[in-house]
Amino acid sequence: MSRIADRKVADPGLANGVASLTPEKIEKVVNQVLKGETGAKLKVYQETCMRCGLCSQGCHFYMSHDFDPSYSPVNKATETMYELMNKKGKVTPDQIYLMAQMAFTECNLCKRCAHYCPIGIDTGYIMSMVRRICYMLDVVPQYIRDTSHSHASTMNQMWVKDDEWIDSLQWQEDEARDEFPDLRIPLDKEGADVYYSVIAPEPKFRTQLIYQAAAIMHAAGVDYTMPSEPGWDNSDMCMFVGDYENMGRLKRAHFESAQKLRVKRIVMGECGHAFRSVYDMGNRWLGYKNSPVPIVHAIEFYWELIQQGKIKITHKYEKPVTIQDPCNVMRGRGLMDKLREVVHFLCEEVVEMIPNREHNYCCCAGGGVINCGPPFKNTRMEGNRIKAEQLKATGVHDVVIPCHNCHGGLEDIIGYYDLGMHGKFIGDIIYELMEKPEL
Amino acid sequence: MTEFYVFVSGPLAWIAWGFFIIGSIYRLVSMYALAKAKDGSSLAYMSLPYSLRSILNWLIPFNTMGWKSDPLMTVATFLFHIGFLLVAVFLGAHAVLWDTAFGISIPSLPGGFGDAVSFVVIAACAVFAYRRLALPHVKGVTRPKDWFSLILVALPFVTGVLAYHQVGPVLLMTTLHVLAGELLLALIPFTRLSHALFALLTRSYMGSEFGAVRHAKDW
Amino acid sequence: MGISKWDWETGQKTVVESLSPIEGHGWQEEPYVSPDGETVAAIVQVDEGVFSVRTNDTVWENTFDKIWGLKFSPDGRLTAICQQDMEWVLVVDGEPMGETTDYIWETKFSEDGSVIATMYKGMERYGVCVDGEPWEELFENVNQYTLSADGAHAAGVAQVQSLGQADIEGFKKGIYTVVVDGVRWPNKYLNVWGPAFDATGEHVAAQVRPSVHAYTIAVDDKPWAATYGQVWEPIFHPKDGSVVAPVRVAGKWGVAKDGNILWEPRYAQCLYLQYGKPGNKLWAVVAPSYGEFTVACDNAAWDVTFPVVTDLVVSPDGTRAAAIGNEDNTNFRIVVDGKAWDGVYDMAWPATFCPGGKNVAAMVEKDGKRIILVNGKPFERSFDMAWPPIFSEDGAKVLIRAIENNSYVRIVADVARF
Ligand code: HEM
Ligand code: HEM
Ligand code: SF4
Ligand code: SF4
Repeated sequence: MSRIADRKVADPGLANGVASLTPEKIEKVVNQVLKGETGAKLKVYQETCMRCGLCSQGCHFYMSHDFDPSYSPVNKATETMYELMNKKGKVTPDQIYLMAQMAFTECNLCKRCAHYCPIGIDTGYIMSMVRRICYMLDVVPQYIRDTSHSHASTMNQMWVKDDEWIDSLQWQEDEARDEFPDLRIPLDKEGADVYYSVIAPEPKFRTQLIYQAAAIMHAAGVDYTMPSEPGWDNSDMCMFVGDYENMGRLKRAHFESAQKLRVKRIVMGECGHAFRSVYDMGNRWLGYKNSPVPIVHAIEFYWELIQQGKIKITHKYEKPVTIQDPCNVMRGRGLMDKLREVVHFLCEEVVEMIPNREHNYCCCAGGGVINCGPPFKNTRMEGNRIKAEQLKATGVHDVVIPCHNCHGGLEDIIGYYDLGMHGKFIGDIIYELMEKPEL
Repeated sequence: MTEFYVFVSGPLAWIAWGFFIIGSIYRLVSMYALAKAKDGSSLAYMSLPYSLRSILNWLIPFNTMGWKSDPLMTVATFLFHIGFLLVAVFLGAHAVLWDTAFGISIPSLPGGFGDAVSFVVIAACAVFAYRRLALPHVKGVTRPKDWFSLILVALPFVTGVLAYHQVGPVLLMTTLHVLAGELLLALIPFTRLSHALFALLTRSYMGSEFGAVRHAKDW
Repeated sequence: MGISKWDWETGQKTVVESLSPIEGHGWQEEPYVSPDGETVAAIVQVDEGVFSVRTNDTVWENTFDKIWGLKFSPDGRLTAICQQDMEWVLVVDGEPMGETTDYIWETKFSEDGSVIATMYKGMERYGVCVDGEPWEELFENVNQYTLSADGAHAAGVAQVQSLGQADIEGFKKGIYTVVVDGVRWPNKYLNVWGPAFDATGEHVAAQVRPSVHAYTIAVDDKPWAATYGQVWEPIFHPKDGSVVAPVRVAGKWGVAKDGNILWEPRYAQCLYLQYGKPGNKLWAVVAPSYGEFTVACDNAAWDVTFPVVTDLVVSPDGTRAAAIGNEDNTNFRIVVDGKAWDGVYDMAWPATFCPGGKNVAAMVEKDGKRIILVNGKPFERSFDMAWPPIFSEDGAKVLIRAIENNSYVRIVADVARF
């Protein structure tokens, strides 16, 4: 069994945070969170976890490290949260460093282990509460911490300024008019059916996704709008950092921006974690039982458009593809059948990964792990050999990946393991195949 | 010795039952109060149909990812839990006790069968012990608490079998057995074995979250 | 606001017979109407890459490369954000207001509409532009700006210190503060949100984050001594200058006034604080328990609850309130004084009290038709499209602005007829 102490990774966010800790402060903060923010759920988990180890094979880290028990879900919980609870917070700053590294970078909060635990213990929840404690101790990896700062300051993940957002929409609208002369990206159109929301990397790095979405909306004749003011970004690194205060603030901005425009529902791009933050985490912190404005993931939205015959394609994608099931919308929303119907509608041949659907392995980028940046890239690469093997076994070259995080994660894995594959969003494929006006 | 046996099988038995029942009620009620105070955003999602769906699916051997991943454990734990219930409640000797103590008459296992089941349960405990000693991912997270509850559970079976087969002084063995049984009963609410109280609830909660919120199965 | 000068003659008039695009126009975007209902306007594409604005049956003479953000000011002027030759400017009733610049957005008005402001960016520096005049000092970034009621002052949140890539320690030292009319507060905070003016425009309160895990309210750059788990938008008392804000303590929400607890934290949520004009009562949207929202007045919650409550509106005298209740954006109800009106709708817009506070009107939508309600009763017809109703000064009439059969109509209806 390896030990977390032997694989300590240098990160300024963790190091600086730990440097200003004292045992007294740790004890105080740990107990504050345990008493103030956790309750029966965590207590029962700790007490009834039978230490049976059945959850181990649920975790891709464990599978990828040749069954190294250090990576089993129960061990991660034991070395972090259960230790904090047993010792009532009497642990050293150095231990906090290691706990933070484990919680932030060696667990994707993917909840796959939930399919393996007979008791029904939610290790993802336990690890997010460890993160919460680390955040309250100010011990958070640098890069993800920075994105949470951006969220709190601009209500988006990438320090996009208010004008830059509008400008990039208008720029994409302009570009798209070369191809679809009467295309519009309607800003602030009150009463539209659909509020289309994206994550900040789209205006920042992946503007073609906005272009494609606009093209699809246009071709399908959807009555939609995009907001010009903050709230447009549904992504949420505050949630993964443990900064629940600003997770709540972000989600308020998001929901209120949709409520103000009096739309029927929010449709979001192909992103997984944002979906989780809107329908599961952020709404709860705000006191809403469900998302106060219904949220529809792109997979489901495309599925609807296809059902209604609103997406017309000229031909099917000829090369065989495989499908990456993003945790947050499979285990998170049960969209596996709709995803398959969409992909089968678009593509000639689908070769499934095994296991798949809600039993898929996480991309290892999720839960904010990819957002922890370059220092932890190896953690993700070595921690997901199983995904590389899964991908390789399909023998195909194209992977349909309806999630931003999975994209980043799989592209890295494909590169690292030299798999010669390529990831595609559903939007990429629809755009490529759809009927376009003859110019 | 006989006096001691009388004490153990009389007043002490009532005390053990008292601990078990009052302790269980206390644990459940106080946990519920804590959940109400602190876990409102979890309690709100409890759903009976999805709870039952989850429990049922986990009651089927090899039906879940967890059960499939470790066949030896799956067989052992199913035999153990079923065997435990059968023996603890329906063993011939115990059925008599239900009758004398509470005036309830219940069907009882045929002697040979009860005996066989007891051996199976002991074997299952041996599998549990083997896992804790030999499998790194179990060994690594095993703490004295876990051994304690395993021994606590195994003891009545071992002593019971010894008494039944008249190995060693019968009265002593029977006394020890009754003591072990009472100890187990009394400590269920306060050890890992409290999962007997909580496991259905944690399972229900997971089933509800997965079913009602996540629209996915939790097995 | 000159409401009394509008045409309040009971009856209906067709302002624009046909809303179909004017001959030759490539397309016409969604319509906007003036407060007085006399004008309907829309952005039109007059040629490829050439845009203008249609008002009733005429079109602005000026054309632009791009137009967006069409808005009527409360005094009826029509504003649009327009681009020509890669430069942007606010155009008011067809004429540019001030110089062109790199970018402008977020048009806002003073209460009476006499002052018009936008966000402004020039040479990568940010500020607010009031009536065409940008602030003298500009900043690396400004957002969340607001205008005082009379429009004499503007405030925003400015970034006053540059931040290197992923410089988390730099961030924790504080790089944000409030700027008022281009002049920054001396203190810096990790974050500042939602600056708000008092009624006079002389004082500003904002939510601030003085350290990583602390949140509080700062009034004119003086943070309250107490800090909280989180805070929401502060508001000033209309008369005595005190400030209240929702605060989170140990996971529950309450209200603090000038740094002291006013409503003991016991709510799962508490937001959208409001006073009526006299400041006699304090209103808020609250969640007495998880997932159940309602309205509270002076810390006493209404009995009726909904999964979601929005758009709290307080009557001018501060004694009555209305809000929208809904079930996750469906089954909308208008709730007045703790009682929901009978109808259940697909969408609802904020209710409005007449100046005397006796009557309440609102617009709702059902099966794609817009319905105007007064005191819960619908107007005799529903419309393909409409805008929220407006009361006359005496509260005896409502102005209905609507589209039916492709015509834009302006209706003045007697409240008694509902
Ligand atoms: C819940 C805990 C208990 C378990 C798991 C348990 C288990 C057993 C087992 C395995 C046997 C032997 C059966 C066989 O090999 O055929 C047995 C016999 C017996 N048990 Fe228990 N027992 C428990 C509690 C008790 C208690 C509390 C009492 C009395 C107050 C009791 C009284 C007896 C008696 C009288 C016998 C027969 C012994 C003999 O034949 O000499 N048991 N029990
Ligand atoms: C409602 C009743 C119960 C439920 C739902 C339940 C469920 C479980 C589950 C899910 C496990 C975890 C892993 C595994 O399958 O072994 C487990 C383990 C265990 N259970 Fe139970 N159980 C119940 C009652 C009991 C009782 C009454 C006892 C004995 C007093 C008991 C003794 C044990 C022991 C000793 C283990 C640990 C196995 C090991 O060491 O790995 N259980 N139980
Ligand atoms: S990474 Fe996923 S499977 Fe592994 S422990 Fe975390 S939640 Fe469980
Ligand atoms: S499977 Fe569940 S009970 Fe068993 S060790 Fe893992 S978390 Fe604990």
